[in-house]
Amino acid sequence: MGMTIAEKMLAAHSGHDTVVPGQLIECATDWVLCHEITTPAALRMLEERGMDRVFDPQKIVAVPDHSVPAMNIKAAKMYQKLKSWVQEKGIEHFYDVGRGGIAHVVLENTGLMKPGQTLVSGDSHTCNAGALGAFATGVGSTDLAGAIYAGKVWFKVPETMLIRVTGKTNPGVTPKDIVLEVIKQIGADGANYMVMEWVGDYIDQLDMEGRFTLTNMAIEAGGKTGIVAVDDTTRAYMQQRGVSPEQYTEYQSDPDAKYKVVVEIDAAQVEPTVAYPHIPSNGRVAGSDRIRVTHAYVGSCTNGRITDLRDVARILKGRKVAQDVQMIVVPATQAIWKQAAQEGLLEIFVDAGASVSYPSCGACLGMHSGVLGPDDICISSSNRNFVGRMGDPSAQIYLASPATVAASAVEGFIADPRRYDAEGNDLNAAD
Amino acid sequence: MPTVHVFARDHINTDEIIPARHLTTDVESELAKYAMEDYDKDFVRRVQPGDIIVAGADFGCGSSREHAVWALRGAGVSAVIAPNFARIYYRNSINNGFLALECEGITELFQDGEEAELDLKGGTIRNPRTGKELSFVPVPQFALDVQKAGGWLEYMKAGEDVEGERLDNASTSAGHGHAGTPLGDDPAKEDGPRPEQASGHQKEEHHA
Repeated sequence: MGMTIAEKMLAAHSGHDTVVPGQLIECATDWVLCHEITTPAALRMLEERGMDRVFDPQKIVAVPDHSVPAMNIKAAKMYQKLKSWVQEKGIEHFYDVGRGGIAHVVLENTGLMKPGQTLVSGDSHTCNAGALGAFATGVGSTDLAGAIYAGKVWFKVPETMLIRVTGKTNPGVTPKDIVLEVIKQIGADGANYMVMEWVGDYIDQLDMEGRFTLTNMAIEAGGKTGIVAVDDTTRAYMQQRGVSPEQYTEYQSDPDAKYKVVVEIDAAQVEPTVAYPHIPSNGRVAGSDRIRVTHAYVGSCTNGRITDLRDVARILKGRKVAQDVQMIVVPATQAIWKQAAQEGLLEIFVDAGASVSYPSCGACLGMHSGVLGPDDICISSSNRNFVGRMGDPSAQIYLASPATVAASAVEGFIADPRRYDAEGNDLNAAD
Repeated sequence: MPTVHVFARDHINTDEIIPARHLTTDVESELAKYAMEDYDKDFVRRVQPGDIIVAGADFGCGSSREHAVWALRGAGVSAVIAPNFARIYYRNSINNGFLALECEGITELFQDGEEAELDLKGGTIRNPRTGKELSFVPVPQFALDVQKAGGWLEYMKAGEDVEGERLDNASTSAGHGHAGTPLGDDPAKEDGPRPEQASGHQKEEHHA
């Protein structure tokens, strides 16, 4: 029987010729990604058990990103814990504050993580890296500890959901709208325990930045990971990072691979989508209700990439953020920050009245640098709109694409970004 | 008898179970003070050691924070029973030997504050007031093995000489949503029904 791309990768990493969904395996991890929130607990567990070692200091990537620059003394101590461990164990790939950014986006750009490899991290958005044609999934601190110690993790081989996206999107519709539409259709646990494998001519045409947005949000449907198989776009992306095809293994699903569910999406039918509070599956068309916003946030591992910032700048250029709206823009990494500066994007944001912040997860999960207060209403390019996610439990979070966030920030109400053309011209202005 | 706290909504997420603002510690007794804070601020004042949480589907979705399991355990919760769990929360439960029992229809079995009879060996939970009883999906053999070892790290350490073998031999059919061996049964007899059959079985009600 044929295997899916996920099954092939898991078989290859567990010493099997074939695996089937439901089978429990011990899977070798090529990479372990560590940040300062979940890693200190893992290190404590290992120390308490006399298991204080690392399976391979060259296969661990450490990136403090959640509470940095340290938001308080407790956070500073967690950062110190991560850093002293890095130094003590000789962890080779450490991206300190000022040299890194949001761990998932840092990793995707390093060229370290390659197609066909496996990754775990104590972070639910680890699924992000699946866009490289890899198997990447989030785990808790105990699993993280096991992976640090032995380079392996237990998995139940997941079933796979095939998502076929065909056709072209209309102007103003982005990969974020596609993934919000899919989650709306299948539900916030529609892919629980499953791999979400993305195929179709829409995916074939999509750049890597857009693919990362799709795989990043697999967890918002309960998925174990999202995967896009390697193609020329992936190969070119790796090549730009100094990695040639001989250095990695490409896997493709067999034509007779078994899928638990097949979801068909006509890209032309997808509209700019906003997930209303308090669950990412609560999608509606942008601008269909008149909802005032007090905050606008562009950033996170989902949508803090250069393509996202360009899309925001397209709409903000020569315009102002509405009087009553506080807008923050957070480039996902130092490299993206620099590129945005070089392209003049940061100047556009500042001129519009947006605050440009340093790379961090802070606002997305309500830790720091953009925490919402009681009854605040935020339009956000991030990934979760749960109660209390970004701050006070009474705050309302609406998830959308960077373009929708920008259009809403200008209007002061949740707005349809299709009002602006590809050059940022206001199509309503001629009226 | 343990008291049942009914949180009937589906998709109770880890941000509600333990908000990110408290993640600058991993000390269980500290986290316990904030368990369920963004869902029910008063919960930590009501909960008693050994109590049970009964919740809607997809419990524990969202962030991978294992702090969710630690906060609940620290607060004295002995088990969470829900129709199903989000996968990272579920594996965190297994890795900590913390009970996450899958049981269709569980939120209708109890009203908030009622007492429960939990029979882990028999695989049932009963409401003594109504006499109604439900069977939960048997805990996977693998999860029991991990619990017996004291957690995933102990299990892994103990098995370093037999790398990669145990899971296939003992536990192939176990796992989330797949019926494994009921607690207390001989693992050798393991031949659980498929999920479809298992879910039908769960819905049966046994009147005492």
